Amino acid sequence: MAGEGVTRLLFRGGRIVDPAAGREGVADLLVEEGRIARIAPGIDARDVEIVDAAGMIVFPGFIDLHVHLREPGFEYKESILSGAQAAAAGGFTAVCAMPNTDPVNDHRTVTRWIADRAHEAGFARVYPIGATTKGMRGEELAEFGEMKEAGAVAVSDDGRWVANGTVMRRALEYASLFDLPVATHAEDETLSGRGAMNEGGVSTRLGLSAQPAEAESVAVARDIALCALAKGRLHVCHVSTARSVALVREAKARGVRVTCEATPHHLLLTDEEVARSGFSTDTKMNPPLRARRDVEALVEGLVDGTIDAVATDHAPHHLDEKAVDYESAPFGVIGLETAVSLFHARFVSTGRVSLSRMAELFSSGPARAFSLPGGTLADGAAADVTLFDPGAEWEADPRAFRSRARNSPFAGMRASGAVAATYVSGREIYRRS
Amino acid sequence: MTKAGLRSKDLLGIEPLDPSEIELILDTAESMAEIGKREIKKVPALRGRMVVNLFFEASTRTRFSFETAEKWLSADTLNFAAKGTSVEKGESLLDTAKNLEAMSPDFLVIRHSSPGVPHFLASRLKTRVINAGDGAHEHPTQALLDAMTIRQRKGKFDGLKVAIVGDIAHSRVVRSNIWCLTKLNAKVTLCAPPTLMPVDIESMGVGVTSDFEEALDGADVVMMLRVQIERGGKMAFPSSREYFARYGLTRERLRLARPDAIVMHPGPMNRGVEISSEIADDADRSVILSQVANGVAVRMAILYLLAGGSPQAWQEKA
Repeated sequence: MAGEGVTRLLFRGGRIVDPAAGREGVADLLVEEGRIARIAPGIDARDVEIVDAAGMIVFPGFIDLHVHLREPGFEYKESILSGAQAAAAGGFTAVCAMPNTDPVNDHRTVTRWIADRAHEAGFARVYPIGATTKGMRGEELAEFGEMKEAGAVAVSDDGRWVANGTVMRRALEYASLFDLPVATHAEDETLSGRGAMNEGGVSTRLGLSAQPAEAESVAVARDIALCALAKGRLHVCHVSTARSVALVREAKARGVRVTCEATPHHLLLTDEEVARSGFSTDTKMNPPLRARRDVEALVEGLVDGTIDAVATDHAPHHLDEKAVDYESAPFGVIGLETAVSLFHARFVSTGRVSLSRMAELFSSGPARAFSLPGGTLADGAAADVTLFDPGAEWEADPRAFRSRARNSPFAGMRASGAVAATYVSGREIYRRS
Repeated sequence: MTKAGLRSKDLLGIEPLDPSEIELILDTAESMAEIGKREIKKVPALRGRMVVNLFFEASTRTRFSFETAEKWLSADTLNFAAKGTSVEKGESLLDTAKNLEAMSPDFLVIRHSSPGVPHFLASRLKTRVINAGDGAHEHPTQALLDAMTIRQRKGKFDGLKVAIVGDIAHSRVVRSNIWCLTKLNAKVTLCAPPTLMPVDIESMGVGVTSDFEEALDGADVVMMLRVQIERGGKMAFPSSREYFARYGLTRERLRLARPDAIVMHPGPMNRGVEISSEIADDADRSVILSQVANGVAVRMAILYLLAGGSPQAWQEKA
């Protein structure tokens, strides 16, 4: 993966937050040959390059389980390089790339190509996610074993629910052979009709086509049942409804191997945003922004551990594609460069979520969900580090984004707290200017 | 012309209007209605101004009504229908609108099947935008002509019982009417089979029932909506026959309303589906053709006020 840091690096005086290793407190962190060598107060600073981390938080590098890098095939929206740069600027040391490219990542050659391109790019690590079915058509399973050997960390037909129950059952069964999670975009399209927004008072007022929360919950319920039957490993992408959170919570309590993620936009915005923004297409994504009660249930899930990870579902689109009427606009918003500041300001600064829980949601939780390396600053681990400055003034400024896209629903929002620098294997891949 | 009483450069919907703006439009329309009764139906109020009528969706009444209003005010008009234009060659909505704007029109009157299109254009163009119907969102000029018709017949809105019946789910007319009538303190009850009633519409401050008789009980105004079979009405009820049996307005049912209740319909009607011909054609009860006539007056008033005209000045200028 990314090149090893050759020098010795000392992060001095930061607050280390590493729940996976049971550590939280101010200390120095020494990196040698790209790996965590030692964490202790007052480490001898001779022959090292010093990173002043006083007043800052030193997190295990953040991992985003759900991004769309659009390459190969849609380089006008985003590329592996621009996406990996956006990830670095957002504090992510690793991202998992969904397979809905052109060609679809349903074969080891595509998987390997993406991994190689990401390695050349040299910013955040990129873990490819292979397709569940060939061509994401929901019919025949893709070659999970070969894709895993080529670097795939999970399989998913993201954006398309595997509607055929038997195909999904076989996917969960077959993936268990390789201990791969099957990530599901839970949406019964016979119920959702691919409606442009959440069904509720706001959609009624605006007259937009709408999908009920049940289109998601019904699909989550089926996938959980099949996961239990198949003794597989299920990951529910972007849970957005109160019922979905409750279903995952209940399944976990029964011992079903299920994990789930929530996105910053579903955690921070409600469907009122569609009206407030005057039909801005940057509020259109799938699943759509939901009702207040759903957002509250998601936040409870963040706090009580039902939600394993915050993932952005970073979905870049070209400006022209979004400069159309609401019904015609493609689904999706970008999130890599806004997630961390917004999450910290909304949930950590307000006391809803502790720093250590934030580290679980951005680092150890996602690492565990997809069995990825990282997510901890334990001795010997790769020195993937996110340095966060809680006092920095930050604004979501699309013109400054590294991403090629601008379709953010958070443009213009301000917060206290910003990613100061990002390191992969001890090598700096981003520093805030 | 002096400063007008409308706050926005555009008319995107009834939702953003306050009651005094609605009253201003109705008063101005009332004073302008007289133009249509003249032998020479023309005043120079908008002479030298250009209006582009941009209709991406089929329309008879609204399009002709706008065009009539524009002509009576002496505006120059350009009519655009998606068929036979660059839209068929794949030109985007925004490019089409920007190209038209380059010809310096003063107004864009827009009808589109997608909610929010007038808002999308208004935020990107300097031209004044008038919403002539955006999907199932709003149809503000329809609600205003309905309000004008109700005021003419009932003299007030306060406490007036208005029943709106039919395909609530797909209707932009109903949404604009809800905003308009509730801002004017009328009491609105919606009635439809559950399959045509959108969720949480109670949150707009209206009563909701699926029982037609209950909705009609004591109503001062009965507004029937077209059942929009082409917009997914087919999944909402098994047949027109069964729909008419439960929700069709007949003389017998109308007896449940107040004896002086008026019957309205925004058109086009499906006779025998939501309304019987005997009611539709009953000049004592049906005000459907008054609605159409008032439509021209309301549209003249809106064009005139948005152009910056003061409520009564058009007469002096004339």
